[in-house]
Formats: sequence, C-alpha cells, structure tokens
Amino acid sequence: MNDSRIGLYRFGSLGVLLALVALWWIASNAGWVSRVFLPTPQATFASLLEGLNLSGSGEGSGELLGFTRATVGRMIEGWLLASLFGVLLGAAIGVSPSVRAWIQPTLEFIRPLPASALLPLAISIFGLNPGMVLFVVAFGAMWPVLLATVHGFAAVEPRLAEVARCLQMSRAAYIWKMGLPNAMPDILAGMRLALTIALIVAVVGEMIASQSGLGQAILLAARAFRASDLFAGIVLLGLIGFVSNALLALAEQRLLRWQRP
Amino acid sequence: MNRHTPSLRALRVASPTPSPGATPAARRSRFRGVPGKVRPFVLPLLLLALFEWYARRAAALGSDALAPPSAAAKAFVGAAMDGSLWLATGFTLGTAALGLLLGAVLGIALGLVLGLSRRAAQLGSVSIEVLRPVPSVALIPLAMLGFGFGVRMELAIVAFATFWPLLVLVQSAVQQVEPRLLEVSRVLGLSARERAFKIVLPAIVPRLFVALRLGVAVALVVAVTVEIAANPNGMGYAMMIAQQSFDPALMLAWLGWIGIVGFAVNAGMLVLQRAVSRRMGAPS
Repeated sequence: MNDSRIGLYRFGSLGVLLALVALWWIASNAGWVSRVFLPTPQATFASLLEGLNLSGSGEGSGELLGFTRATVGRMIEGWLLASLFGVLLGAAIGVSPSVRAWIQPTLEFIRPLPASALLPLAISIFGLNPGMVLFVVAFGAMWPVLLATVHGFAAVEPRLAEVARCLQMSRAAYIWKMGLPNAMPDILAGMRLALTIALIVAVVGEMIASQSGLGQAILLAARAFRASDLFAGIVLLGLIGFVSNALLALAEQRLLRWQRP
Repeated sequence: MNRHTPSLRALRVASPTPSPGATPAARRSRFRGVPGKVRPFVLPLLLLALFEWYARRAAALGSDALAPPSAAAKAFVGAAMDGSLWLATGFTLGTAALGLLLGAVLGIALGLVLGLSRRAAQLGSVSIEVLRPVPSVALIPLAMLGFGFGVRMELAIVAFATFWPLLVLVQSAVQQVEPRLLEVSRVLGLSARERAFKIVLPAIVPRLFVALRLGVAVALVVAVTVEIAANPNGMGYAMMIAQQSFDPALMLAWLGWIGIVGFAVNAGMLVLQRAVSRRMGAPS
C-alpha cells in the first residue's frame, strides 16, 4: 500500500469516528433512546464547556476543572508511590533467588485480588479520608510493577550474573548495572498497567469514600439524572486515560531506544 | 511476537518463573532443612500470626476496626453454614461469566474482522484508540441510570471491560496466522466465512485461550469492583455491608474468600490454557 492510500485510510478512520458521533446525535435527537439515559452530543459538549469554564460566562461553573485536577493528582501520586515501592521491593525480592523462593508464592496469591476489595478494609483502618484512597491506589497499582521487577531480575542472563561475580561487583552495583537495565522493559510495561489501575482505583475510591473528584461527580450526576454532566465526566475520564497512556507509550519508546540496534 | 503489545507483555510478566531452588544461594540458605513444598506457606502463616497478635492487642485496647483471623475464620464458617456465602459467590461468578461471554463473543468477532482485513483495521483504529482508554468503572453510574441495580448493569460493565483486551489480542493473533495457511484457503477458493471458521479460528486457539485467561481475571476484578461501588448484590456488596455494620470479622472473611476464589479461578484457567496449548501445539 503506498503513502497516499495510507493517508486516505487515516482520514477514513477519523470519518468512522465522526460517523459514530453522528449516530449518537441522531439516536438522541430523534428520541430512539430516552434523553434521561443518552444526552445529545451538543448538551454533553455544553456541559463540558461550562464545567471546564471555557464558555466564559455564568457563575458556579468550572467545577469539573477542579474535579479533574483532584482525580489526576490522586492518580499520579498513587502511581508514583506504586512505581517507587514496586521497583524497590521488586529489586529486593528479585535479586536473591532464595528470597524469591520464599516470597513469590505469596505474591502470586495476592496478585489476583481486586484492589478495590481492599477499600472496605482500608476504610475501617484509616477512616474516610484522602490518605486512605491514596493508600489503596498506590497499593493496588504496585502489584504489576512489583511482579514485573521480580520477573525482570529473575530473567537476567546467567552469564551476566557470572560476569558480575568475576568482577566482584557489590550487590548494589549488580542491581544498578545489570539487574535494573535488564528489567527495564518489564518495569515500564508494568508501570503502564499500573497507571490504568491507578485511574480505576482512584475513581472507585472517590465513589465510595466520597472524596471530591470525577468519580464522585459522575456518581452524583447519575443520582440526580443529570445525564449531560455524567457524559461530560465520562468523556473527561476517557481523555485522562487516553492522554496518560499515550504519554507513557512515548516515554517507553524513548527510554528503550538503546535496546534496538 | 510483537514485544511491545502491552497486554501480551503483561501476560508474559504474569507467568510464574521456574523455581530457582537449586541455585548456590538457596543451598547456602540457613533454612535448607525446610523442604520446598512447605516454603510457599511459611510467609502467609507468619503474616497471619502477626495479624492475629496485632488484632488481639488492638481489640484489648478497645478498637473494633479489626478482628483477628481466628474470628474471621469463625465468621466464614457461619456464612458458609447459612448459605449467604454460596449465594453471593454464585451471583458474582455467574454475572462475571455471563459478562465475559458477551464481551468475548463481541470482541472475538470484531477481532477476527479487523485481523483479516487491513482496511477494516485502519478504518476502525481511531475509534478504538479513543474508546478503549475509557475506564470501565466510569460506566458504573451510566449503567445504574440505564439498567438500575441488578444483574444487567454489572453484566454490561463486565462485557465492556473484557471486550477491549479480547479484541486487541484476537486481532494480533489473527494477524500472526501463518500466511501460507491463508494462501491455501485462497487456492481452495474458500468463502470468507469458511476461511474464518475452518482456517483462522483453529489456528488461533492457543492464543485465544491466553486472551481468555486475561479476560477471566479482568471479569472477576471488575465484577467485584462494581459490587463494591454500586450494585447491592454479590461478594463485593457483602463485604461492604460487613464493613458498614462494624463486623470486621465478617469483612475479613469476605476479603480472604474473594482472594481464594480469585486465585482458584485464575489457577484453573492457567491449567486449562496449558492443556489447550499442549493439545494444539504451542505458538512460538
């Protein structure tokens, strides 16, 4: 396929998205689906503009901006904590085969546990406060990073480990010069998964613990049957997921450039 | 294999590494008298004992936020005897399975189409890239509005959450089908439907089961999450109610049970996936 045709398909691909939006427009405006559940695209857009304070008029608007900031902040803080502790703990566990043999089965048992299932436990220990939600976000997002780091360390080429022994490298030097670079692709993939989990757990946490943020905002919008506000919140959450994922994919590409010949 | 597909890499990460018990470091270990089969259970038992001691001390000091594991075990037996345990577990597992079925059928169908036709894949790419990152939990309020509480809302969200990983994994599996097989189908003059069902589907079965294993894990997590956040049914809600009625023993019993169910389901899927890939010839 030559370049012009690829360009044509990229254009067509945007067209498909526009067609989907048009279908939404027709379905809501023609009343195929009740507007209580499916607001029109223009109403959603108006809610977005008002919530983000872009329309430049009216009082009491612009609250979506604050909610978005709160949710994104919670997601990123939790994710950074998760990445830090995941890599530290993962390196500590992964560097020694004997420690791995003792601890890894327990990790594999905890891994499938839904992070949100820890919310009730965290509520009864810490109470309803922002720190509690942050703890659960960080804890839930830590597992992919931790397990990826352990796996990356376990998969170090045995000959490299022998070289390290011949050079009499200290354990710290071994971790820094051989373990971490070798585990890097795994860690970055784990961190990408962790970011998705962090967003999900942050939203659930806001819903349950009624911390201000997009999660609480869309729940309240649904309870009050404000469908256009609800859709505006969903659009924003989708946007957060899209942008964060794209940024991380970009970072991953740059950081792993040395791997490719 | 495309090394940069995130979900595939996640699966690779998840696969357990072979036991490194024979390395010199392990032989030097002070605990070399402990046989390998006991080792996995040492740390959990230690943690449980620590928790038991801590919770008892906290209870003695007048806190009712925590309960020792022994009390949780008692509460667990109680819930198992009066049947509430099985009812809630059945609801969660049943809804997760139905949602996965719906999401998987749709995801596999669309994945087949997009995998077989490059044009369709390119036309759909922007829509998929835009819709896929929407976090599934963001749809909880919408499903509440549309379906009310009950099976249908949870089903819809589980289906949405499992649809995307299956779509992406099936599409990449179809694109990696041996090109000569597709040439054979062209030489034989098979129709598009025959090509999909007689050539492509059998060729991707091992990878399909890898995708399904991921789907099962996602379905279970999402089902429990929906119950904790909104739906007044199932294991997640039972746990939430136990917390709200200040019954920490029952809450911990549910937490442990959710962990055990999740572990058992995942382990079962792993066995199934390995059996299938052995039977069908493992890919790569």
